[in-house]
Amino acid sequence: MDRIADWPLPLDIPLPLPADSVLLQALLVLLFLWHILFVNLMVGGSLLTVVFQILGRRRPDFETLARSIAGTVTVNKSLAVVMGVGPLLAVNVYYTVYFYTANALTGEAWIGLVPLVTLAFLLTYVHKYAWDRLASAPALHLSIGIAGAALFLVIPLVFLTNINLMLFPGRWLEVDGYLSALLLPNVWPRYFHFLAASVAITALFLLFFFLRAGCPIESRLQTLDRAALRRLFYGIALGATGLQLAFGPLVLVTLPSQGMSWYLIGVITIGVTLALVAMHLMWREIVSPRPSAMPRAVAVFTLITLTAFAMGYGRHVYRESAIDEHRDLVAAHGREVRWEIAAAHWRDATGQTLVKVPLGQRIYESTCAACHAVDRVVVGPPLTEIAGLYRDDPAGIVTWTEAPYRKREGFTAMPAFKLGEEKLMAVAGYMIALGSGEDPGSGEDPGPGEDPGSDTDPGAAGEAAAEDRG
Amino acid sequence: MDFPVFHLDFFGNRLLIAVIATLHVLINHMLAVGAIPLVAFLEWLGLRSGDQRWDDLARRILFVCFIVTTSLGALTGVGIWLSTSLVNPAAIGSLIRVFFWAWFFEWTVFVTEVVLILIYFLSWRTAWARRHRRAHLGLGVLLAVFSWLTMAVIVAILGFQMDTGVWTVQPGFWTAVLNPLYLPQLAFRTPFALVTAGLFALMLTGLFTRGDREFRGTAVRTISIWSLVFTPAMLLGAWSYWQAIPERMLANLPTALTTLTFTDFLEPLRLAILASVVAVIAVCAWGVAAPRRLPALVLVVPFLLAVWQLSYFERVREFIRKPDVVAEYMYSNGLRASDYPLYREQGLLTLATYSPVGEVTEFNRHEAGREMFRLACSRCHTTHGVNGVVEKLATMYGWQDWDHATIDTYLQSMHNARPFMPPVPGNDAERGALATYLIDLRDDPAGLAGAQSHGAMPASH
Repeated sequence: MDRIADWPLPLDIPLPLPADSVLLQALLVLLFLWHILFVNLMVGGSLLTVVFQILGRRRPDFETLARSIAGTVTVNKSLAVVMGVGPLLAVNVYYTVYFYTANALTGEAWIGLVPLVTLAFLLTYVHKYAWDRLASAPALHLSIGIAGAALFLVIPLVFLTNINLMLFPGRWLEVDGYLSALLLPNVWPRYFHFLAASVAITALFLLFFFLRAGCPIESRLQTLDRAALRRLFYGIALGATGLQLAFGPLVLVTLPSQGMSWYLIGVITIGVTLALVAMHLMWREIVSPRPSAMPRAVAVFTLITLTAFAMGYGRHVYRESAIDEHRDLVAAHGREVRWEIAAAHWRDATGQTLVKVPLGQRIYESTCAACHAVDRVVVGPPLTEIAGLYRDDPAGIVTWTEAPYRKREGFTAMPAFKLGEEKLMAVAGYMIALGSGEDPGSGEDPGPGEDPGSDTDPGAAGEAAAEDRG
Repeated sequence: MDFPVFHLDFFGNRLLIAVIATLHVLINHMLAVGAIPLVAFLEWLGLRSGDQRWDDLARRILFVCFIVTTSLGALTGVGIWLSTSLVNPAAIGSLIRVFFWAWFFEWTVFVTEVVLILIYFLSWRTAWARRHRRAHLGLGVLLAVFSWLTMAVIVAILGFQMDTGVWTVQPGFWTAVLNPLYLPQLAFRTPFALVTAGLFALMLTGLFTRGDREFRGTAVRTISIWSLVFTPAMLLGAWSYWQAIPERMLANLPTALTTLTFTDFLEPLRLAILASVVAVIAVCAWGVAAPRRLPALVLVVPFLLAVWQLSYFERVREFIRKPDVVAEYMYSNGLRASDYPLYREQGLLTLATYSPVGEVTEFNRHEAGREMFRLACSRCHTTHGVNGVVEKLATMYGWQDWDHATIDTYLQSMHNARPFMPPVPGNDAERGALATYLIDLRDDPAGLAGAQSHGAMPASH
């Protein structure tokens, strides 16, 4: 649905936001970046653990590294989850309608997060704490690590799909289930963008972790020395960041134009420039025989952090402009309905009643009654005659009304009324009932068994109902 | 109304939240709020007596707490959010608008709690902790304080759901937090957590001290005393909580305790609850008097009884607040009482964002009734599954003659006959359509599909 007028228009929660919207947005972006840092370390850490453990079968040093990295994953995963609650709270309160809608549409995967993440966490615990005990069954131990890492690869996709789906109210009616939401534009490029970032960030983190003063790892390594570790982790970080040169543009071009702007392109360009400088520094660290150690590492760290800020902010700019127009419509609609609620509430409290005329009667009286009366010819035939013709076929009235033709000598041809099936069925029902001498306004259901569950075809339902009555 | 309707047509949406939330409360009370002070206490005993076995026991109990709270405990906590935002987005969305800063504060406490438990547990056997045993113990005490604080904040919100107090006339953050049920509920839950953590630790002690019967005796006696010490405070808290429950809710109590079908078992059930409390106290007293003659298997019994008691307590608490999800503001179906007059005038379906049917006509009654069921009933009822609506009606009218007029009349007066049910929203034609759908449902095994599998506006499910 490309026209915004066709998008679903829900009501927002009619309670005020708990804080200024700028403050909530700032909280959302900053807390999310803080959360995603630990998610990166959790995902990247579990991947590197498994890869190093496999490499460790040939070179024991890599198993030593793997074991040490596994120790960081169990800490970072706890921080990832606890740091996620803050931005979750912010997105709940600031994007209430958008977020909850996406959640419901991907409900199975969304609630599946609870057992999946629990299982992933338990697997990382077993992997870490049973390292010695399972030394005699290395294949089993490695499988546990791989299973945990595989779950960590699946989990972010669920979040990513939700945060993507929420931005496109025009697609909400098309989605039926999580898998269909996965196929929306931008999901997969963004996912690979995230994975590459996870590996890069984790490699930089491990660089600091292993090369920090007093780290006991060096004494436990047989062949690898500090210089080798430095080259290893800078190499991984550079390689993963290099992949972004492919993923980044892919993310950008698959973004629906709905929220694009030159401002956004500007923000992203700044981020990319910072990352390119960081990549250059990493390359220098790898190739130079005498590395500059910490100062250059700090520069790399700072540049990558600033890149993350630029990208996180750019992402928010896109989010805001993507739903901006729709949000205005939601707000205007909300004001209108709130006013009606207050008026209805007041009428209720003061004992007034507003009787609503049924749809069929409204249309009949405003449109059809100009030419049709109950039991005499005005311009067209009377309802008694119409009821006789269509009692068993109310859908026939719909077909006729949408495309009438000259049928009777001496009568004026009827114009077409394309009011839509719902309205035409309503007026058909009303006319048949009125023409049959019933009281269509009573609104009472004629009785059980009269309205079978053929909800896909209102024509058939009407037919059966009419048959019973006849 | 304003969100696509997630629906589990066999287990029911209530059960989804109930399972996740009950697991979380059990873990939170037994393995965090109550257990951390106990672990710190055992560590202190080791420090004071110089007996390393206390230290080992404390660390091993903490290991279990650490693993469970940082995986299942943390995830079921987040899971309460995920499940409530699926099942009743309007309710949780409203609560978050009101309690945002309380939740935000709770989150900062929660972050501190997680960081502290990571340090407290992971540093236990490090050289630092061996040199600074008092500082390490201090970490445990600090962690105990933060664990309690997270619960203290959340209980404010639970109390608010049951009794909003003066908030409806004087909306504001503090009037919401200081609702009439807050302090009594906290006064009950705090000692309850301490007592039941003792029961959990007793069970683990039986497991961890297999090789040392002498120390098992000492440890069982000490932990039994721990649980017994807090029992009077727990009973007192329970009494003050009971006193604070609004009178209109007490009317729901028999149904809450036994479900409608089993109301006859009310007396035996009361006896069972009483007996289980007595049994717990008896095992603890045995643990004090003759700990070495207490078989390890018996130590499991109080723990299991406590699990049952707490789960039951949560069910009753969740039930008696009905028909509201936020007292006197929003019904369990997620609709605000203040919006009912407009629904009556304009019809619920014409105002619903995702209903494929607008006004009820001669030919769309079944479809309209299905959308009515989705909007007004499906938060608590399934079609044929747990708390299934067909079975409820069959209990009243049998399986044969479901007369439309009878069902329709019942729907009209249902909220008076069953005070825990909200009134049916919408106009008379919509209520009639709902009656039609319910009657059709009796012979239709297909049931109702949710938005998670069939989309926001399912055409024919």
